[in-house]
Amino acid sequence: MTNLDWVWWNWNLFLDLRQMLQYEFVVNAFEAGTVIAILSGVVSYLVVLRRSSFASHALGHIGFSGAAGAVVVAVNPLYGLLLFTTVAGGGIALLGNKAAHRDVEIGTVLAFMLGLGLLFLAFYNGYATEAYSILFGDIVGISASQVTFVVATAIPVLLVLALVWRPLLFASLDEEVAEARGLPTLFLGVVFMLALAVAISVAVTIIGVLLIFALTVTPAAIGMRLAKRPLYAVGISVAVALFATWTGIFIAFYEIEPTSFFIVTIVFAIYIAVRAAPLVGRLRPSSRAAPAVGTDAADVGPAPDLHADSLTTAPRPGPRTP
Amino acid sequence: MNGDAARADHLEVAYRGATVWKEANFRIGRGEFVAVIGPNGAGKTTLFRLLLGLIPPRRGTLEVFGTPPRRGNSQIGYVPQNHFVDRDTNVDARTLVRLGYSGPRWLPDLTPARIRQERRATDEAIAAVGAQPLADKSLAAMSGGELQRIFLAEALASEPEMLLLDEPLANLDLRRARELVELVHGLVRSRGVTALLVAHDINPLIRCLDKVIYVANGRVATGLPGDVLTTESLTRLYGVPVEVLRDSRGNLVIVGGEDVHPDPGA
Repeated sequence: MTNLDWVWWNWNLFLDLRQMLQYEFVVNAFEAGTVIAILSGVVSYLVVLRRSSFASHALGHIGFSGAAGAVVVAVNPLYGLLLFTTVAGGGIALLGNKAAHRDVEIGTVLAFMLGLGLLFLAFYNGYATEAYSILFGDIVGISASQVTFVVATAIPVLLVLALVWRPLLFASLDEEVAEARGLPTLFLGVVFMLALAVAISVAVTIIGVLLIFALTVTPAAIGMRLAKRPLYAVGISVAVALFATWTGIFIAFYEIEPTSFFIVTIVFAIYIAVRAAPLVGRLRPSSRAAPAVGTDAADVGPAPDLHADSLTTAPRPGPRTP
Repeated sequence: MNGDAARADHLEVAYRGATVWKEANFRIGRGEFVAVIGPNGAGKTTLFRLLLGLIPPRRGTLEVFGTPPRRGNSQIGYVPQNHFVDRDTNVDARTLVRLGYSGPRWLPDLTPARIRQERRATDEAIAAVGAQPLADKSLAAMSGGELQRIFLAEALASEPEMLLLDEPLANLDLRRARELVELVHGLVRSRGVTALLVAHDINPLIRCLDKVIYVANGRVATGLPGDVLTTESLTRLYGVPVEVLRDSRGNLVIVGGEDVHPDPGA
């Protein structure tokens, strides 16, 4: 992208966009980025709800080994990535209930798989660009065939998630009751992990395995902080992922720094702002004259008999919604 | 509407190959409020898992509303033991209760009639436990007593005929515990729901109970509270001396039985 330095941006963003979209690689980046952001935004809500961020981390790295292996045997690295993440994801899910919390097993397999990835890299005598783009992502390097791959894998997964959303949400929020009510929680765990595997595989193309959290965890962490209704939280999560991806592509068109950096930074900045907002509200001297102790404990509505509970239970978390 | 809510004949259950308890014979009538008590690890939760159809009996027969237990029976509402919500789970209570009604169904409900029906069932379940002020509150921000109400509403959303509540009073102080017991008792009386409640302490329950199931020493004893909770009956059940003491206000204290663990790990 450095050879585009003669292109200047101006404050008319619409004109900028029209200028950018004359380039095929930009169109590819926007198409793939949009689909990836939507899928990541949806899946990341389940990742946060199921406390599976370590599994998400592990799948990304295991996928790296798959991609490196594919490069060695001259296959499209995306196929290797998808193969390894889906097999590993299915395996983690089949470890059983609470699979997401099997940190020791996942970590053990992860270390071995990363070693394998290192071996593949050593076999591979070409230049390091392929490995670099898998590690850090390269959205402006996405080809038309990669766009097809992204769309062809992500859209079916989104459809499946839409179909089984309610039981999947139930099993993620309250696994024991969902199981007693007859839902196949193990199977739903597999569905989730396969969806995560696909989301990671396609997200790696724009953000890389090392930065995968920025699309598979943080957007939903933001969404869940801002909204209590799952669908609203998912909506915010998708919006954050879309905003970060689009803005990242836009900036990367004019700057030589890697797109991934901008995407990660935007997501991070939003996360910090959302975390800090309640603190700022609490620090404002005029907002509440009473001492700060337990200001959030007893202001929820006309049911004093229920709220006296707070004296007898664990400390409450701070206010959730700004 | 006649017939037993649950009935066990020569029932025996095993956990990892070892018998937890055997020769259990009991009948629970419809609309009865039953306390399930006994030491830790005696197999109280195992009884619930049998009724829910999550595990099979090793021997004997068990019937729930006249048929063998089956997983996913919507006649049963269940609140598991140590049921908790992660402190970062910022999800509103209404969502959980709604899932208690429609969560087990697979495909999305897109027709307005179905959506209205779902909303009505959710509102009714929330109202039944008096949790309207909590409906839009985050689960993460709730106290133990508030959460138990919401879990109860979740269990009620499918309009079950039997409630299985596993240690809902744990972590509640005596006043909150009594309030929850009165709530369940009210549901039992007004709706004819059969309720089985596992409790560590019998005292918050004692005025409402119809029956006690005492699980200890590899056996299951059933009877009226006054018959089962006596020094003689419990001593026979445990196989070691147990004393039931009564304080000036009628509270019971069971001394001795807590140390008996006939089957650790169950």
